[in-house]
Amino acid sequence: MSCLNERFDRLRAAYPAEMASSLVLPLLHLMQQEKGHLTESDALHIADYLGVPAMQVKEALTWYTMFHRRPVGRHVIKVCRNIACSLMGAERLLGHLTARLGIGEGETTADGRFTLLAVECLASCGTAPAMQVNDTYHEGLTEEKIDRILEELP
Amino acid sequence: MSEARVFFNFAVTADSHRLPAYRDRRGYGALEKALREMAPAAVEAEVKASGLRGRGGAGFPTGMKWSFVDRKSPVVYLCCNADEGEPGTFKDRWIFENASHQLIEGVLLASYALGVRHAFIYLRGEFDLPYRRLCEALAEARGAGLVGERILGSSFSCDIIAHRGAGAYVCGEESSLLTSLEGFKGYPRNKPPFPAVKGLYQAPTVINNVETLATIPWIIARGGTAYASIGAEKNSGTRLFGISGHVNKPGLYERPTGYPLKRIIFDDAGGVRGGKGLKAVIPGGSSTPVLTAAEIDGITLDAESVQAAGSMLGSGGIIVVAEGTCMVRLLRVLTRFYAHESCGQCTPCREGSAWMDEIVGRICAGKGEEGDLERLEGITRGIMGNTVCALGDAASMPVASFIQKFRDEFAYFIKYGRSMHAGRLEV
Ligand SMILES: Cc1cc2nc3c(=O)[nH]c(=O)nc-3n(C[C@H](O)[C@H](O)[C@H](O)COP(=O)(O)O)c2cc1C
Ligand code: SF4
Ligand code: FES
Repeated sequence: MSCLNERFDRLRAAYPAEMASSLVLPLLHLMQQEKGHLTESDALHIADYLGVPAMQVKEALTWYTMFHRRPVGRHVIKVCRNIACSLMGAERLLGHLTARLGIGEGETTADGRFTLLAVECLASCGTAPAMQVNDTYHEGLTEEKIDRILEELP
Repeated sequence: MSEARVFFNFAVTADSHRLPAYRDRRGYGALEKALREMAPAAVEAEVKASGLRGRGGAGFPTGMKWSFVDRKSPVVYLCCNADEGEPGTFKDRWIFENASHQLIEGVLLASYALGVRHAFIYLRGEFDLPYRRLCEALAEARGAGLVGERILGSSFSCDIIAHRGAGAYVCGEESSLLTSLEGFKGYPRNKPPFPAVKGLYQAPTVINNVETLATIPWIIARGGTAYASIGAEKNSGTRLFGISGHVNKPGLYERPTGYPLKRIIFDDAGGVRGGKGLKAVIPGGSSTPVLTAAEIDGITLDAESVQAAGSMLGSGGIIVVAEGTCMVRLLRVLTRFYAHESCGQCTPCREGSAWMDEIVGRICAGKGEEGDLERLEGITRGIMGNTVCALGDAASMPVASFIQKFRDEFAYFIKYGRSMHAGRLEV
């Protein structure tokens, strides 16, 4: 944890000293990057480090959808299912992914490679349909393009 | 002035987003000008004269919003709203990826006008490339003495902090954004007090959209009157309109306000896909009331015109729907979204959004009941105007307008247990 705390310190230096509370989300993000998913003890660690109530960090952890509270696959696939993507075939692509990966929405493949999630608008509506794999956006999707993307992932 | 361009005035290349390229476009010239020869009040006066109205959704006059801030307050904050979660909207992302420096210059000018020492840019958590581009630009700007202590040798100091959200549409609502920036779950706050009076950590705070702030350098460089002369009279300037859905050339178009809606759909965006007829248009992001093809005749892209037609220009995200699309299943996409995004703080929105989704869902499953449409309408009336934040209204307006304008289609689905259009969303 001590090397994590050094990275916490660096992030914290960017904020005015009296704003420790504002570091809750940035630190949860940083920790998730390190560990893949977050547990209650991670929340407690952040609360102690910042000197804010444990309840505040626990609530943030459970309220925001980007934080994973269960192990996820090496590649988290987030397929947009909102309006513009629906008009351009999001359902079809979700169907393709569930068939290809053999898992449903919210599930992880047995080999731990992929987690499939349906998400709301990614702000790629002009290049719909869109998905995000870990941090990277993929737009203008077709079944063939999705197959290629999956094959190229490590 | 119809050719005026505030954003699309350069060719995008591999390094057009970097500082040298921005400087070549006379970037940071407005900041130099302001720090050298303008008092903060003069910057605010130009913004007022420009007639600029917020691009985040509500269209509030920017100069007026700034004037609500008590300048005697020891601390004033600026928060740039880059949550960009309104379905149909994808403009702020373009600004980050291609013109982060233009946004930074706008944030600095607003901070100078308002007396802000620390400004925050709140980006939705999913934005990875936009965040990296912004951080890179901030590092370049700090290195060049444009951000930080004593900017360009003046007495003005300002730090800009890039902050990421974590996946919550409601955090785009300004008071929720503040709660979230303070490190809590993003519950909106009751207003008044408005953020300009009591905002971030109880200090006066201005919240402006990315596009709004990135327009300020143009206004300061060329003058508020020059900006006011572009576009529609009461709603000046250019806007980044996003067109998505069933058109041949979806994408982002910068056009002056007052530009014909039909022209942007049929000429610029190449018309409806697959040679289909036009069925409906959602003119300003998913929360704005849907319009039928007949209703868009003569509409121009400014707040007044769209409002007169019974909808809103909102965030400028135009969603186009072709003939043959099932409006019932399309509405379900939206009810599911709003039910999912309701923060749960107030009863009408929490219960109402979930209940509307349940009813629309059962209609889509062929299990609609007589009276469901009246029930839905009753729920929208119970929500609208009775909630802490405008998400409740945002959830209700699509339901009310879809049912009103496509009532036959909903009635058919309930009566026969099946879609009039085979459930099609794609064309
Ligand atoms: C549910 C909801 C979501 C919103 N999302 C955004 C958003 O993503 N970006 C934005 O700029 N404004 C959003 N707004 C509007 C903001 O509350 C606020 O009016 C705006 O940021 C002010 O900036 P402006 O005056 O420059 O338009 C949202 C409002 C509501 C009710
Ligand atoms: S209207 Fe909805 S989103 Fe807004 S505060 Fe109430 S429950 Fe939360
Ligand atoms: S609706 Fe899918 S990215 Fe906006």
